[in-house]
Amino acid sequence: MLADHLKGRLARPLLLILLLTGLSTVYARGVYQEPEEFVTEAFAGKVPKTQRIWLSGELGNTYRQVMQEAPPQLRLRYWKRETRSVWILQAIGKEHPITAGFIVERGRLQLAKVLTFRENRGWEIRYPFFTNQFQQVGLGEQGQLDTHIDAITGATLSVRAMNHMARMALLLAKQVGDTHVTP
Amino acid sequence: MNTHFKRPLIAAILMSPLSAIAATQPEINQLQQQVSELEQRIEALGDATDARPMGSSPTTIGGYGELHYNNLENQLVGGTDKKEIDFHRFVLFFGHEFNSHTRLFTELELEHTLSGDGQPGEVELEQAYVEFDLNDQMNARGGLFLIPIGLINETHEPPTFYGVERNPVEKNIIPATWWEAGVGFSHHMANGISYDLALHSGLYAADYNIRGSRQKVAKAKADALAYTARIKWTGIPGLELSATLNHQTDIRQDTMAKSVAADLLEAHAVFNTGPFAIRALYAQWTLDDDGTATGKDEQNGWYIEPSYKVDDKWGVFARLNTWDNQAGDSADSEYQQTDLGVNYWPHQDVVIKLDYQDQSTPTGTSEYDGINLGIGYQF
Repeated sequence: MLADHLKGRLARPLLLILLLTGLSTVYARGVYQEPEEFVTEAFAGKVPKTQRIWLSGELGNTYRQVMQEAPPQLRLRYWKRETRSVWILQAIGKEHPITAGFIVERGRLQLAKVLTFRENRGWEIRYPFFTNQFQQVGLGEQGQLDTHIDAITGATLSVRAMNHMARMALLLAKQVGDTHVTP
Repeated sequence: MNTHFKRPLIAAILMSPLSAIAATQPEINQLQQQVSELEQRIEALGDATDARPMGSSPTTIGGYGELHYNNLENQLVGGTDKKEIDFHRFVLFFGHEFNSHTRLFTELELEHTLSGDGQPGEVELEQAYVEFDLNDQMNARGGLFLIPIGLINETHEPPTFYGVERNPVEKNIIPATWWEAGVGFSHHMANGISYDLALHSGLYAADYNIRGSRQKVAKAKADALAYTARIKWTGIPGLELSATLNHQTDIRQDTMAKSVAADLLEAHAVFNTGPFAIRALYAQWTLDDDGTATGKDEQNGWYIEPSYKVDDKWGVFARLNTWDNQAGDSADSEYQQTDLGVNYWPHQDVVIKLDYQDQSTPTGTSEYDGINLGIGYQF
């Protein structure tokens, strides 16, 4: 009976799957843009000198509180020119780290972009229909995001990770002297 | 090690106003030199840690669990009440990334604490598949995986849904949690549309009991396989529209003269806006009648669940559930259940739940009304 199926009705979808598998170029899912490329675009090719901020002491505690995980490194690289700063952050979604880039200007997010995503659920967060929600988001009085970010069903943890990173990027920008932070 | 602490200490003391008077210029120069060297060492240490990859271990562990207390009165005359406490599910996930485009997912579950002969529980392997990335939008998988259907079948960690018990519609109609073995393919597109295709093992039942026909990939009969296709749209944040078709070529698995093919159609919508959310799901089985169906050739159900998140810690919900596993005839076989409840999240990955359920069931069947209390977690 199984053999009959494989010869008959099952053969077509099986062949289709095998064909798709065979024809597609196998390469890594997840790396959508390298951080260096993101930074270059953020400054229109004129990248300022890389700076580093220590995630120790009070800032380290803030990082743990906001991101709900320990800093992955002692220092965090960032790039800043005048009122614009660029941050590359990383947070665990469900199992794997999500890497995202943030451009902050005058205390508000100009762009949020998922650079690397390796979770098996929550892929929606990488697309502009989700990340566009972060544009012009700032910090509220309690240090929370001042705009509600609509979640995606089945992507709760990935959305949460993005919210944490967006908030952290704004707090870090404030830390390095974004004097136009609102409110 | 001591030297590292002594030098800045001595420097601080000597640089204080009183000591500065006593310190000679060569000493000051020497101290400045030492401070400079110390700064260089700290920078070197920072550079060394920066050079470490930020990625996590290729092997990951996760899990979830839920403890339930049911205090339900059976409205059936002579029926038995359900007053029990049960650690319903203890689940561990293990994952491993072999390389950047090949990974493993597994899920091992212990239900009802004890398993074995005469014990109430089971040890179940619910997921164990290898996933291959074909490109950044497509992947294929092979192994034992959850059927891509409904709302709760793939995402059922306790903090992610309302109600102590999983909703009865997906439990009795779909039937969640439902896993099979086979091959699958998924394609996610930038406009928020995704689709999944799967060829997998099928249900097996001598009768028309859908939930009881899950073989759970335990020496499962594979004479008649099954197909699943799902299309989903999540192009607007907060909105999800999805439909799944599952086709069973023969739930008799070629053990009887007459085969019984079956089709399951499921559709659902989810809409979240601010603190408000609403979920609605409809599912329907249509089975061939080999003369023994007695109304079970049609089985269907639906639910609608509005909810309101008061703040990050509190949420309330209501749910109206209707299901009928014998809808193919005119007999009174429809069940209804209304749930009202509250979720409290002391931490975003921990939830305490309380709800009240009120059932309306066919004449002569158990009808459970009462409260459910639970605590759940995920990590």
